[in-house]
Amino acid sequence: MFELLGISPQALISQLLIGLINGSFYALLSLGLAVIFGLLNVINFTHGALYMLGAMAAWIGLTQLGGWVGMPDLELPYWLALFIAPLVVGLFSIVIEKTMLKRLYHLDHLYGLLLTFGLALVIEGLFRHWFGVLGNSYPVPDILRGGIRVNELFIPWYRLWVVGMALAACFATWFFIERTNLGSLLRAGTENPRLLQALGVNVPLIITLTYGAGCALAAFAGVLAAPIYQVTAIMGSDLIIVVFAVVVIGGMGSIAGSILTGLGLGVVEGLTKVFYPQASSVSIFVIMIIVLLIKPAGLFGKVR
Amino acid sequence: MKKRYLSKLIAGALFASVGVASAQGLSNDSVNIGVLTDLSGIYSAVEGPGAVLAAQMAVEDFGGTVLGKPIKVTSADHQSKADLSASKSREMFERDNVDMIVGNVASSSALAAMEVADQLKRIVIVTGAASLPITNERCNAYTVHYVYDTYALANGTAAGVLASGKKTWFFLTADYIFGHTLQRDATEVINAKGGKVVGSVLHPIKTTDFASYLAQAQSSKAEVIALANAGGDTIGSIKQAAELGIVGSKQTIVPLLMFTSDVQALGLKDTAGMNFTVGWYWDFSDANRKFANRFMKRFNGKAPTSPQAGVYSATLNYLQAIKAAGTDNSDAVMKQLKSKPIDDGLFKGVIRADGKFEHDVYLLQVKTPKESKNKNDIAKVLQVIPAKDATLPLSLSKCVLVTGVKS
Amino acid sequence: MNTATSTQTSAQTTVAKPSIINTTMINKITIVIFVLLALLPFQDAVYDLFMMKVFCFAIFAASVNLLLGFSGLLSFGHAAFFGTSAYVTAHAMKEWGVTPELGLLVGVVASTALGYVFGALAIRRQGIYFAMITLALAQVVYFIATQVPFTNGEDGIQGVPRGYFLGVFDLSNSSHMYWFALGVFIVAFLLIQRVVSSPFGQVLKSIRENEPRAISLGYDVDRYKLMAFTISAGLAGLGGGLKSLVLQLASLGDVFWHTSGEAVLMTILGGIGTLWGPVLGAAIVINLQNYLANLGGWSTIATGAIFVLCVMAFRRGIVGEISQRLNIRL
Repeated sequence: MFELLGISPQALISQLLIGLINGSFYALLSLGLAVIFGLLNVINFTHGALYMLGAMAAWIGLTQLGGWVGMPDLELPYWLALFIAPLVVGLFSIVIEKTMLKRLYHLDHLYGLLLTFGLALVIEGLFRHWFGVLGNSYPVPDILRGGIRVNELFIPWYRLWVVGMALAACFATWFFIERTNLGSLLRAGTENPRLLQALGVNVPLIITLTYGAGCALAAFAGVLAAPIYQVTAIMGSDLIIVVFAVVVIGGMGSIAGSILTGLGLGVVEGLTKVFYPQASSVSIFVIMIIVLLIKPAGLFGKVR
Repeated sequence: MKKRYLSKLIAGALFASVGVASAQGLSNDSVNIGVLTDLSGIYSAVEGPGAVLAAQMAVEDFGGTVLGKPIKVTSADHQSKADLSASKSREMFERDNVDMIVGNVASSSALAAMEVADQLKRIVIVTGAASLPITNERCNAYTVHYVYDTYALANGTAAGVLASGKKTWFFLTADYIFGHTLQRDATEVINAKGGKVVGSVLHPIKTTDFASYLAQAQSSKAEVIALANAGGDTIGSIKQAAELGIVGSKQTIVPLLMFTSDVQALGLKDTAGMNFTVGWYWDFSDANRKFANRFMKRFNGKAPTSPQAGVYSATLNYLQAIKAAGTDNSDAVMKQLKSKPIDDGLFKGVIRADGKFEHDVYLLQVKTPKESKNKNDIAKVLQVIPAKDATLPLSLSKCVLVTGVKS
Repeated sequence: MNTATSTQTSAQTTVAKPSIINTTMINKITIVIFVLLALLPFQDAVYDLFMMKVFCFAIFAASVNLLLGFSGLLSFGHAAFFGTSAYVTAHAMKEWGVTPELGLLVGVVASTALGYVFGALAIRRQGIYFAMITLALAQVVYFIATQVPFTNGEDGIQGVPRGYFLGVFDLSNSSHMYWFALGVFIVAFLLIQRVVSSPFGQVLKSIRENEPRAISLGYDVDRYKLMAFTISAGLAGLGGGLKSLVLQLASLGDVFWHTSGEAVLMTILGGIGTLWGPVLGAAIVINLQNYLANLGGWSTIATGAIFVLCVMAFRRGIVGEISQRLNIRL
């Protein structure tokens, strides 16, 4: 049977494996977006630019920071960058939320979308201007170099590390929101903010922190991506509509939905790359159309 | 627009009545050169602002005036988009009275500008783009293709790699006309020299993740994994090939189109030993080095890429052709450019009837980090490929200017 | 026509405030603007190719505005209609050698048909889901455009002849082409004005304001939305086909989603729900892109900054603000 498909079983399994690896990355990337939309009703188009900022922060920390502060040997190693980059980007996004986004909550979704879209253009434009388009190379941390050979496929340790981190982050986020007290406060805040505020909870603070956390997740994905993909100013803009599609297909209220969709998409894309590779970019959109026609609010979404 | 047209008509009538045989003097009493290139998009490092500087340097070295009249250099950004190139080139020719447009990186943008130039009878010199059809199926009388093309890349890189004994090839090709052209030209060379293409895979342009395609390349067990793509796709393929352990394994990655700027973006560790073909390299001769040093001083210490050097040389020779012809009339200047060989220290060769500038090209090998002395010292010239081998023979040309038949 | 428009003015303002400029004056101003535009080829200050480009995108932005401003539907995929018509018109002019008005007609028919199909699929969904379906459908169109031979991939269809209008007027003459483009623009503008002020337009506005109420009043809301979507697609196609004639090129950029975003930007900058808003928005954005093009990446930064500024401070857009201040309908 496999001969008919034109591919050997080992090769197929290799492609599926790669697909799952990519899928976990998509899941992580869409996580922040799902959190922000699910809990805040904000369509955060800046997500791609924040992902890029995370990668850039890691690269700047490693190579440029020393030069800027006058201590040429100062280097922010990868392991620290994993924490510091999301923190920095999270703080930056909190500033955005407090100064601009906050004023749009009472308006149509459209305005939040347009604002974040505009911000994405500005951020990417600035970084393009400062650092060019070809970007820079970020080295894989030494411990994670090399890999393991499975049949003919060579799986780098680093990619497995990314899978592990991605799944851990997804699980931790899901658990936090669905199973903890603080998470339940968050969920309550989206359903009925006034009531929650009347009960004495500082709802605006929670909203701000949630936005910051969602954006930090994007930056975290960026740091993880830096050693694999070239760190360029435009690395986010190519991915943003794919990430959006994942969240929409999964159902825009559902964290679990986007995680599962991200994984599923990775696999579907992987298979498309084997049988009809030119269509691998458009496959997700075809799926989105089909899903939205059958299930209006996405696979796991709730109609608002 | 109407006023200008009317005045030209009257001026033309006056000239005709004085009995001057061919149009003499300069249109608009000046020579206007337009640099139309990618100033901010994906190919901005290949040509970009460096090309504008190169044109300015050429004008300065020429003396700033020609036939006693001033020379002006303007620039515009087409962001490697064909429709922007079409409207910007038209604007430059019609509104700004530009006589010659130089640059034109990205083949579809170059073809768009050529189309406008043909209609308006102005000159376009292509330095950055590579597609063979520019001087083949889509040639016109007002185009010069200056630095390199896909035929040279195929015969430089592919032939060079085949000569080193690697016979089996797998193509990783970007799914657009340029990628297909590159693959096709390279395949012809491979088949002609006893090699074999064992497989290929197409990827959409602007792909982020190449792991899947590279895995297919790995399982094909081909000795050579050829990259028929450009820009960010080439950089991504190479970086991930290094990550997947292909670089340094029994399989060789061969980028069919790569620039020195790409190598610098990737770093020497991942690219050391790679072969690629260019139309000009700064560290090849004393004259090249001298020019490069002057350029570097004004361009942040970055050495010029081959298209940037091409812009300098093309502009200089264009001005010299105007001086020799006594006019900036496009037909006269094109005739002049194609009549005498060019030898300005940077490039040496002949511009043929089809507009192709026939000159040597160079097969480079990327240096290892140890061998490299500074950030510009990234490659050594492995082989000089003679002009005749690097250019499509006129006997095989499908250009209407050569065959007389529109293809 | 006078009485119809004055009823609208009184319905618009709940607190009656005497307007300084009445609707007859606006119509007069409109005519003056049209006449001024017609005289453009006789001066040197504004480049006529630039203005023609503005007309194309003004029609495109106006089509987005028709949906967004008057029907409350945000479409992210309108480039599919703009680009499809651009390709079809280009192909018709180059391969079939038809006259430009026929070429435009063929393009518009193509985009309208596509609009009907997309609309039928997308209308059933609301808000962001509607926008995402239109985006996804447009991405599919983009993909098809990259694969199908007749579009010529990234080279696009180049060297599109402008042809002879009515078989008589040679449009490769820049001034003739300009007046043709102006004519198409005026037709489109008046068409939109007609649609918006018609009973059909009133129903659309009521759907935008309060859809449940419109349903309860017995209107088949989905049918109205579909009709609005189809008309909008046809108009976008008119802009696209005209663009093919003006720039003599149809390329992948026309169907790319960034182009959809640009149209939305022009509409918002100019003013959602106004008639002149999209036109002004198109003029400003194209001018800005042109001016900043030589400054490298500043074009993107400026575009983004305008988006942010509009959303935070100028939600009604420039024409919208003027409209509000002077209490007139532009």
